[in-house]
Amino acid sequence: MSQPGTKKIRWVNETPLSPIERTYIPLVVQGLATTIRHLFSKKITVQFPEERYQPPDPIIYRGVHRLNRDEKGRVKCVACFLCSTACPARCIDIEAGESPWPDREKYPVRFTIDMLRCIFCGMCEEACPVNAIELTSLYDLSGKSREEMVFDKNKLLLIYDWTKDAEPPLERLIAAVGTREVPGGQSPPEAPEETWPPADAAAFDRVAERAAEARLSPPGT
Amino acid sequence: MAWIVAIEVLVKIGLLLGGLMFAAAYLVLVERWIAAWVQDRLGPNRVGIPLTRIRLFGLGQPIADGVKFICKEEFTPAHVDRVLYTLAPVMMLVAALAAFAVIPFGSVLPGFTLPDGTVYQIQLVLLPGLDAGILLFLAFGGIGVFGVALGGWASNNKYSFFGGVRSAAQLISYEVPLGLSILAIVLAAGSLRLDRIILAQADTGWWNAFVQPLGFLVFLVAVCAEAGRLPFDLAEAEQELVGGYHTEYSGMRLMMFLVSEFLHMIAASFLIVILFLGGWHFWGLTGSGLEVGWGGALLRVIVLVAKVFLVILGFMLVRWSWPRFRFDQLMDLAWKVLLSWGLIHVLLVAAWMYWANEWPVWTLAVANWVSLVVVWIVTALISPPECDNRPRRELGPVGNVTPVAVSAA
Ligand code: SF4
Ligand code: SF4
Repeated sequence: MSQPGTKKIRWVNETPLSPIERTYIPLVVQGLATTIRHLFSKKITVQFPEERYQPPDPIIYRGVHRLNRDEKGRVKCVACFLCSTACPARCIDIEAGESPWPDREKYPVRFTIDMLRCIFCGMCEEACPVNAIELTSLYDLSGKSREEMVFDKNKLLLIYDWTKDAEPPLERLIAAVGTREVPGGQSPPEAPEETWPPADAAAFDRVAERAAEARLSPPGT
Repeated sequence: MAWIVAIEVLVKIGLLLGGLMFAAAYLVLVERWIAAWVQDRLGPNRVGIPLTRIRLFGLGQPIADGVKFICKEEFTPAHVDRVLYTLAPVMMLVAALAAFAVIPFGSVLPGFTLPDGTVYQIQLVLLPGLDAGILLFLAFGGIGVFGVALGGWASNNKYSFFGGVRSAAQLISYEVPLGLSILAIVLAAGSLRLDRIILAQADTGWWNAFVQPLGFLVFLVAVCAEAGRLPFDLAEAEQELVGGYHTEYSGMRLMMFLVSEFLHMIAASFLIVILFLGGWHFWGLTGSGLEVGWGGALLRVIVLVAKVFLVILGFMLVRWSWPRFRFDQLMDLAWKVLLSWGLIHVLLVAAWMYWANEWPVWTLAVANWVSLVVVWIVTALISPPECDNRPRRELGPVGNVTPVAVSAA
């Protein structure tokens, strides 16, 4: 662009109306014709509870989050806080703890997402180095209280269990396509077998308690 | 005799109020349906019979809306002028309802004989034989403006005030062409009474819309502006004024405003049908005299209501078809275009009445159609309906910025 002082204003003249258009009649007729055409055209409303909208591509749809599990069923997140740092709505709250497993240093003791504050931008999914957090195609998100809408780790893991077959996690997709290296998702080669949940971690008692309270019902039930 | 008149008037008032409120409520539903369909949506289709799962295409919606309005908190902001704030919606509703007193909802019912031997005939209008019929209607329309202007003023809010002022200016401007086009009708019919105007059209079988197309056009536009319908709804242009003059209103008072707006539209449609579309007359169906049986009387009511409904549907379609006028364009249209058209039209009709009264009515029709075409073309050529108020290129360089003309491809 040129300097402010020398900038030329581009002056775009309106196309002059033709004599016919000046009578207003074509414009009036066009307006009415459009309206009447739409009056009888096919309606696009989805009658929600009876019909359900199917996202055309569930993989890229940005709905409710899930926390992925690794192949041993443990939470995949390494509590690196990248997602909560990236989140523009500041709605991810993580409490990190020392990992009970030898293949990583930290794991999330608590992991909550305030769904009422979330704007479903997908930044957390972009930020995660191990593809632990992903947005699913569940969109009918409702609750009876604010507390219920703050999803804890257990709920997020449950959502993974419900959706993992319909919407495989990213690296499984990539492996299926076989084109690209899985970004940061390599599994530890000789990790010792762990039971889930680990009996010694006191924090998991609370999670188990919460698991019993989890009010979300799986889709379709 | 007095008692039977009293009963007649009371019954008529009851029917009128009930019918109008019912019509307004269900026209809101129709309007919402049309709005939805035009936007490829389905519109309200859920509310049916309460406590059941019967949906009835959403026909219960107006009842639910009414209950909702009644239950809503009636909030009065602290900064309003309380007296005027309360008065404005009442005034508007009363004026809108009172205007219907002179509107005939059909012709007459067949006469029946009273015990004392006189034949009593009921006219389907609240104030039968009122000589100033159409004037009364215009007068109540004028009082309705007070409601809007007062509502805007009393709200003590800039947006409301703009809405009120705009509406006052708009309604006053459009009264003029409206009056002119009505004047021509009154000249031709020789009476201010609406039932006479219908009878005159039924006699010849020539609806005024065919005889006086120019006046019809002026009237259509002016009455649309009077009713504040899009494309003339500047008083409550949501995109500019939040809600216009009723921004600060809620609950029942808001409902009064909304209902009176719908009543205005209904009244405007009745006027269009009565003055220009032959009222209850339909060729070969309704006859033309005042001697009717029950079947004929009923048929006339049905024809009238059907016509009115079609006109209202037209209003609703127009709403989604054309963009809103800018305020200067609105004023230009009223004072430069419609006023001159109306004057030409009145002069033409008056001249025909004076010199050519004996000629058949089609001569007036021909004269009017020719005048419509001529006037339209002349208007299009000399005063196109575009108002260019961009900054002028001829003003030359502003500061050290030199405008350069670039034509759109
Ligand atoms: S989707 Fe966006 S707003 Fe929601 S948790 Fe992720 S980063 Fe935050
Ligand atoms: S970015 Fe991924 S690994 Fe890091 S805290 Fe968030 S979910 Fe866990």
